[in-house]
Amino acid sequence: MKNLGDMLVSTGPFSEVVIGNQAIVRAMIESGVRVVTSYPGSPTPEIAEAIKAIPAERNPMYFEFSTNEKVALEVAFGAALNGFTSCVFFKSVGMNVVADSFVQLSMMEIPGGMVVVVGDDPGANSSQNEQDNRHYARLSYTPMFEPKDAQEVYTMFKEAAEQAKSLRSAVILRLTTHTAHFKQKVKFGEYLPQQLGKPIFAPSQLGPYVPIGENVPIMKWRAIKRLQTWLEISEKYAYVSSTGNRTGVITAGLPYLSLLDVLGENANKTDILRLGMVYPLPRQAIIDFLKSHEEVKVLEELDDFIEEKVKAIAYEESIHTKIMGKLDLEDWMGEYTPEKVRNVMAKVWPQLVLNVSSTLSENNRMRTIPRSPQLCPGCGHRPVFYTLSKILAKDDISVADIGCHTLGFLEPYKVGQVLLSMGHSVGTGAGLSIFNNDRKVVAFLGDSTFFHAGIPGIINAVYNNHNLTLVIMENGTTAMTGHQDHPGKKIKIRTVLESLGVKHIWEVDTYQIDKLEETLKEVLATKEFNVVIARHPCMLKFTRERRHRGIVKVPQMKVTNRCTLANVCITKFACPSFQKDKNGNVFVHEDLCIGDGSCSSVCPSNALEIEKFGGDQK
Amino acid sequence: MSNEITKFEIFMIGVGGQGIGLLSEILIRAVDYSGQVCVGVDTHGLAQRGGIVSSHLKIGNVNSPLVTPGNVDLVLALERHEAARGMNYLKDGGILTYYDTSWQPLAVRLGRTSEISDEEIETTAKERHIRVYRVFKELPDVRMQNIALLGTVAKYELIPKVNVHHYMQAMEDLMSPKILEENKRIFLEIVEVE
Repeated sequence: MKNLGDMLVSTGPFSEVVIGNQAIVRAMIESGVRVVTSYPGSPTPEIAEAIKAIPAERNPMYFEFSTNEKVALEVAFGAALNGFTSCVFFKSVGMNVVADSFVQLSMMEIPGGMVVVVGDDPGANSSQNEQDNRHYARLSYTPMFEPKDAQEVYTMFKEAAEQAKSLRSAVILRLTTHTAHFKQKVKFGEYLPQQLGKPIFAPSQLGPYVPIGENVPIMKWRAIKRLQTWLEISEKYAYVSSTGNRTGVITAGLPYLSLLDVLGENANKTDILRLGMVYPLPRQAIIDFLKSHEEVKVLEELDDFIEEKVKAIAYEESIHTKIMGKLDLEDWMGEYTPEKVRNVMAKVWPQLVLNVSSTLSENNRMRTIPRSPQLCPGCGHRPVFYTLSKILAKDDISVADIGCHTLGFLEPYKVGQVLLSMGHSVGTGAGLSIFNNDRKVVAFLGDSTFFHAGIPGIINAVYNNHNLTLVIMENGTTAMTGHQDHPGKKIKIRTVLESLGVKHIWEVDTYQIDKLEETLKEVLATKEFNVVIARHPCMLKFTRERRHRGIVKVPQMKVTNRCTLANVCITKFACPSFQKDKNGNVFVHEDLCIGDGSCSSVCPSNALEIEKFGGDQK
Repeated sequence: MSNEITKFEIFMIGVGGQGIGLLSEILIRAVDYSGQVCVGVDTHGLAQRGGIVSSHLKIGNVNSPLVTPGNVDLVLALERHEAARGMNYLKDGGILTYYDTSWQPLAVRLGRTSEISDEEIETTAKERHIRVYRVFKELPDVRMQNIALLGTVAKYELIPKVNVHHYMQAMEDLMSPKILEENKRIFLEIVEVE
């Protein structure tokens, strides 16, 4: 078996099939990165998994999952101030969490250099929006690289880190979901282990570091001055495919590869300018490209970030090339897959892209049935949603938050009616409780999110006497992103709540459905801020660990002949293990049931029984 | 040049928890061992919570790792409803290989629509000249369904130029000795059966 961790710290050059998120770790090692921080979020968690695969004694890097993205960024910043090259990585919307500190970075002299890796999510595969974080680069005067594939994730990270060190600055490497997960054979270089230096933070030499009063203009000048140097660097990352055509396309990142696929044999019929740096944009390369073409299409995923600048440059330089950017609302939406790019390009130059005809038509399409994500078999969140969907009045209000428990909003529970961001629920719930005496408000929060961004909302609810119920869905892990640990391992949520002055705290294991129902009813009847800690360990994590111990077959739930087809197990409790056979009878799917028994009390005719075969066996 | 493939697109699809990740990892490595250039990508968002998981793999003269619906040569599905979804990615005359288990979507369980049947798949496949391999095997562990499917792909050499040996090499890269032994046994049982 090949060991990823060993490979990542091997000295010699090598090639290996990896994803972008793994390639980036080798780039860190080769670049002499010493401190890496993160908060888990798709599409980036595999970076952490790769780092953790490295044998501890041979890993040159300190790594931590911080409480949230902002803290992670600050830790990486502090380390880089001391001369240790650092990297912080997080998902798209993590950018909003780091923003308060992040926007200051360009004003600082950061001797170690710092690479900020952000995983954008066009298509919102696993995020609450598809925000385009290129805007943050401009907002904060921070340069931004955008690789097109796994090989380039590796090479660009190395070059970005090198430039960051020499310019004593922070730089952003922008991945998108499918560059982070892009799988290919990547060629890696040599790793020459270096001695660890001494902490060198020296405010008297490289300061000022405190942007107050007269320091602010000095520091801002520093930021925009440095951007001039980045502009020169950006020109080196402008790649022109060919010259001589009447038309050209300006693009970047993965959409460039989609374009090549879509053009196919027509690839030589238009010229392409691909931008490896999307901020600052290479002004001269753009001028040259515009001047040498009659028509230019700006092909970019999400917003019109490049388009606006290209048009501004054309105006300033009095270039009269026809420039086509976003042509309709569809162009702003979703990931630029080959299929999407074909549709986008067909609106501009149909003859270039419509050479491939699909054999699929509406007539011969196969019938498909939607399949939403759902809570896993045995999930400890399920009894909470099952119970609340039963006891909440029609008008009562439930506020979702981010985590596996967000899925409570789906059928059949429909618990969780509004969602903004990590930890918003207590604040939004508090607002919903103002001038509202009749409709009860219930907010949810996961345990990792409690530490991430939930606490200020709770303090606010205590301080300002808000009347709502908070249910903390404690499963002991950061489940949605792949079971990373969180501060709850050391810090008890109850202790925090008590010290914050929360007067009413209830704790219940969610598998005890009767007690859960009793507790929730009691809590909902009180007119004060109160918290229920609804606890059960993540059962996906539990079953995986059980499998690793070699336990594969366990006693499963069975539907006995007492079943009267009340269907509560399917229509209300909705564990995916309960399915219907051809005669309409309920059965337990043996691929799915984990033998947890959380459903045992939900059947009105008491028809569910755990099968007996003398305990666990292989 | 005539027997050189310029392009071969594979789309894998299943339900979160069925092991699409491992299957796609084995395939890309096996293709690599066969000496062909390839790129791939898994798409999994929230999918590990019982949603749809898919993976793309493209061999030859290709750029983006993402396949285009209607262009795919081979669909590998780990579940019957997902096989139906996967068929809409195939080109006419393509190949569908699916593991025949049914993990009913909620709408089926709630009785709002009927379960997709093997017959439905066969009918559409016939119309579109799609070759279908239906895989089912008694397995010691449901998590080996992906390996049963892999065995079928290897047995009929459904991916050009990739042979049993390449798949074994890929499995050896990815599995600890104990897991490898169990999976190899299932894999070879399928490959060697008449």
